Amino acid sequence: MAGTQYRGSEITDVDQFVKDAAGLESEREKEIGQHIGYRYDVNLVPDYNRITPFLSKYMETMGWDDLNWLEDIHMGYEDGAPAVFDRNNNGWVSIPDTIDLPDNQQDRDMIARELLLKFQMSDRHPLVMLRKAYMKF
Amino acid sequence: MASVSDADLKQMTQEERVTALGMRTDQLTGRAMRIEFNPDEEERFEYPWAPAVDFNKRTELDVDEMTSTEVNTRIRELMAEGYGTIVIKNPRGKHSLGVGILTKLNLIFEGSLGYFGVGLIDGPNVTINGRVGWSCGENMLAGTIVVNKNAGSTFGAAIRGGDLVSKGSVGSRTGIDQKGGTILVGGNTGALTGFMMQRGRMVICGNAGKNLGDSMYDGTIYVGGEIQSLGVDAVPGELTDLDKAWLTRKLTQYGLMPEKGVDHFRKIVAGRQLWNYDNLEPSEKKIVL
Repeated sequence: MAGTQYRGSEITDVDQFVKDAAGLESEREKEIGQHIGYRYDVNLVPDYNRITPFLSKYMETMGWDDLNWLEDIHMGYEDGAPAVFDRNNNGWVSIPDTIDLPDNQQDRDMIARELLLKFQMSDRHPLVMLRKAYMKF
Repeated sequence: MASVSDADLKQMTQEERVTALGMRTDQLTGRAMRIEFNPDEEERFEYPWAPAVDFNKRTELDVDEMTSTEVNTRIRELMAEGYGTIVIKNPRGKHSLGVGILTKLNLIFEGSLGYFGVGLIDGPNVTINGRVGWSCGENMLAGTIVVNKNAGSTFGAAIRGGDLVSKGSVGSRTGIDQKGGTILVGGNTGALTGFMMQRGRMVICGNAGKNLGDSMYDGTIYVGGEIQSLGVDAVPGELTDLDKAWLTRKLTQYGLMPEKGVDHFRKIVAGRQLWNYDNLEPSEKKIVL
């Protein structure tokens, strides 16, 4: 219904959804039993001072002056664990617990971009098999 | 995955391929749906099936007498031969040129495109030395498209990633249903720009028409000129130092940096008044119980 108030909770801490997997802060979220909105700031633009050597090499390979589509990639949180949404897989891919999380979202986003890129380009990505099965020769 | 060679797969029908790859007989019971990254994954920057193209290997293609399908097929053949820079001459406003290219490539059009030019791309850098019709860059996933003149309506419809640039002015409903990526407009944009935008960024250096950002769910619109009116649930946001640094970088990159800098840009975001999550669900549950 148009004109209703925003009744979700604000993201105030980088570890908010790690410490509290449900993240149901507002009355409305408690009522419907789900978090309202993304579990990360989708509008956060990247800080290029924090770019990693791997991502710089990717930009150079593709002939781009910036992160291009990876500007939209952020580290999110699913079921209390850090994860990245993979649009090619239409699902969340988890960050292994062997990886130490930095204390700020910008550095976490750079890790998310690296891991997602390596996964999407690998032979074990589900898209590889789907492509073999359904591509037009 | 069952071990079947690409040559064998090529001889099969789609039904046979699906069966041969074990997709019909896969045992799903007891399998976790959880997928985890492998930190030791091989470093690779392109899809496994992408042709090895070299930006320094260049060719030209005169498409005056060719159909759109013939042009797109020929572009793929040239990529398979390793050409990384392809110049298309005499496109003469043909529709759907350069669509569905899923790897790196420098693609240059010497002339104007018709409807749905270079849609569904995932990686190439495209330069269009002309104008474009409706829905240029529709559903684009990654890469860059630079249109050096004006563009028609629904510029970047449902774009998901990459940079889409028009150095001139664009029509109405720019970035309708935008789901990611960046749209940059050097001139003005028409009515209902950013309609139903869900995420991503849009930068309008000139003026914006009526109902800017109408029903936007998320995402950011930066406007350097006048805004005729804001749409439902589009509200002003605070321009941060990070926004300014990003704007400066992006506009400089495409030669669109205004002489007076970026401090005068206004930021428009979603007011979150239309965020209604499962409003009816609790009452529905009660009815079922």
